[in-house]
Amino acid sequence: MKKIVGKAFVLGDDIDTDQIIPAEHLVYSLDKPEEKKFYGRFALSGVPDSVSGLPEGGIPFTQPDKFESDFQIIVAGKNFGCGSSREHAPFALQVAGIKAVIAPGYARIFYRNAIDGGFLIPYECFESLNGTIKTGDELEIDTDLDLLHHKASDKQYPLRPLGDVADIVEAGGIFEYARKNKMF
Amino acid sequence: MTLTEKILARAAGKTKTIPGDNVWVDVDVLLTHDVCGPPAIGIFKREFGENAAVWDRKKLVIIPDHYIFTKDVYANRNIDILRSFASEQQLPYYYDVGTENYKGVCHVAMPELGFTRPGEVLFGTDSHTCTAGAFGQFATGIGNTDAAFIMGTGKLWVKVPETMKFIFEGEIPPYIMAKDLILQIIGDIGVDGATYRAMEFTGDGVMRMDMEGRMTLTNMVIEAGGKNGVVEPDETTFNYVRERTNHPFDPVYNSPDAKYHSVRVYKSSELEPMVAKPHSPDNKATVTEVKGTKLTRAYIGSCTGGKISDFEAAAKIIKGNELKIDTYVVPATTEVKRQLREVTFEGQTLWDIFESAGCHMGEASCAACLGGPSDTFGRLNHEEICISTTNRNFPGRMGSKKSQVYLASPYTVAASAIAGVITDPREYLPVTV
Ligand code: SF4
Repeated sequence: MKKIVGKAFVLGDDIDTDQIIPAEHLVYSLDKPEEKKFYGRFALSGVPDSVSGLPEGGIPFTQPDKFESDFQIIVAGKNFGCGSSREHAPFALQVAGIKAVIAPGYARIFYRNAIDGGFLIPYECFESLNGTIKTGDELEIDTDLDLLHHKASDKQYPLRPLGDVADIVEAGGIFEYARKNKMF
Repeated sequence: MTLTEKILARAAGKTKTIPGDNVWVDVDVLLTHDVCGPPAIGIFKREFGENAAVWDRKKLVIIPDHYIFTKDVYANRNIDILRSFASEQQLPYYYDVGTENYKGVCHVAMPELGFTRPGEVLFGTDSHTCTAGAFGQFATGIGNTDAAFIMGTGKLWVKVPETMKFIFEGEIPPYIMAKDLILQIIGDIGVDGATYRAMEFTGDGVMRMDMEGRMTLTNMVIEAGGKNGVVEPDETTFNYVRERTNHPFDPVYNSPDAKYHSVRVYKSSELEPMVAKPHSPDNKATVTEVKGTKLTRAYIGSCTGGKISDFEAAAKIIKGNELKIDTYVVPATTEVKRQLREVTFEGQTLWDIFESAGCHMGEASCAACLGGPSDTFGRLNHEEICISTTNRNFPGRMGSKKSQVYLASPYTVAASAIAGVITDPREYLPVTV
């Protein structure tokens, strides 16, 4: 059984890719470790302060002197990752230490990028959980059973099974998937 | 089948596809630019080897356009990476910065260069790749990993989308532009109203539009979450494409029995000039509802609002007027810039009209449409309230998170630049129209 465990960072609806990683930061190399870490530093830095870390807001996702976030699972509202096609978005979240996002729905390019690049798992929940879960709450995702466990309330929430793309997630990305299936 | 289903079926070597099918398609054109090209190239080399060759040199188009006129060293390094990749792979279609070949915003350059051909499959590492759907092409945005995968294999998986149909009946009133139509639709269905779906635009209101008007519609399907936008090709399409390329193409049309997710009908005569208020493209209002709203800046540019027809519209209103607020004019491509100096309205070139009205004239590129490095032309570095012909107004999109952006048609932006507050373009258009 595979588990993803971590602290929640809670966001609202329509978090677009400019908020996930503002365009001015798209210039760093994605391979060089001394530059790559800046994606972690600036991940979610475009989110207006008042709504950064709900319900109260005012919580920086990554502390100003850090390159990795204290949070590992994002809980957001609808249409997460809308906007540009920049793969830097799921990448930046991965660099910051995010393992999974839980939202009622995603913009399709973000969803695709997250899966094909093997950056993180974009789980769909059936009802919005960003009013129920608070920033800092401990969460556990059971990826076999597609279940979310919210420790503070000891409640379980079902997540939508990944369906067709589960094989790509399992393989770790589109290249690994294609190799496994002898596509090249 | 719908046009989109047919194109995907053909590209997958199948006779039929239905929405929801995952199919592997052969790619006709792959587009990338300076922001996503370098990481895609990095992944391509990591996965296929340092010395791997791209699957087809003639199918890869690289158009640097985002961060061009900046001192930012990282941004400039990206151009260097593209340049050396283009020379190492001997790519015929690389449009280098600082050369005669430089084009500017890729989605406007692609049609100019004849790469948007009916019936084909185009993927691009930019969400507004959907613009090319105006030509009856299947065109959608992808990420770097998918682009690298195509560079090596020429293939990609796609889920066949359902199609939403939007019909505009009757002639479009002369004070209404394509931008008003698409802002109306996005406001009606929301920023995720078309997620995973194709959006088709039709009706005589649309089919009478020139290619640039149709491109404004398909450009912004992504703002409703759409996968691709599409307009069925016709003589207007064929004439435009044939003037620009000899490359053969095989158009595809909707079958009479095509099934749609939904159909929405608009009466063109009832359309109003629209804006999207801060901070979302679906935050719609009619200009009447928000007129008088104070502004500090106007911006005319980008892939959706920086085409020659957009400037012709703006110039028609601006000519002979003084502007109350800083107004930035950014041609999408070098070709548009050239046309600004050639096309005239009432005996004056568009360039002269803008310059003598005091507009700040920019170089062809994305410029402040996406903020960019702090020295970017027109960037909103402070608490500006800007009215813009661009396509996105999320917080911080054009620079500072403290600024506000209203999206509107070139007519509305021009009229508002004159008055310094949001203004109905009908106040400035000649009464005869
Ligand atoms: S003009 Fe704006 S929307 Fe168009 S490609 Fe450039 S940054 Fe993107």
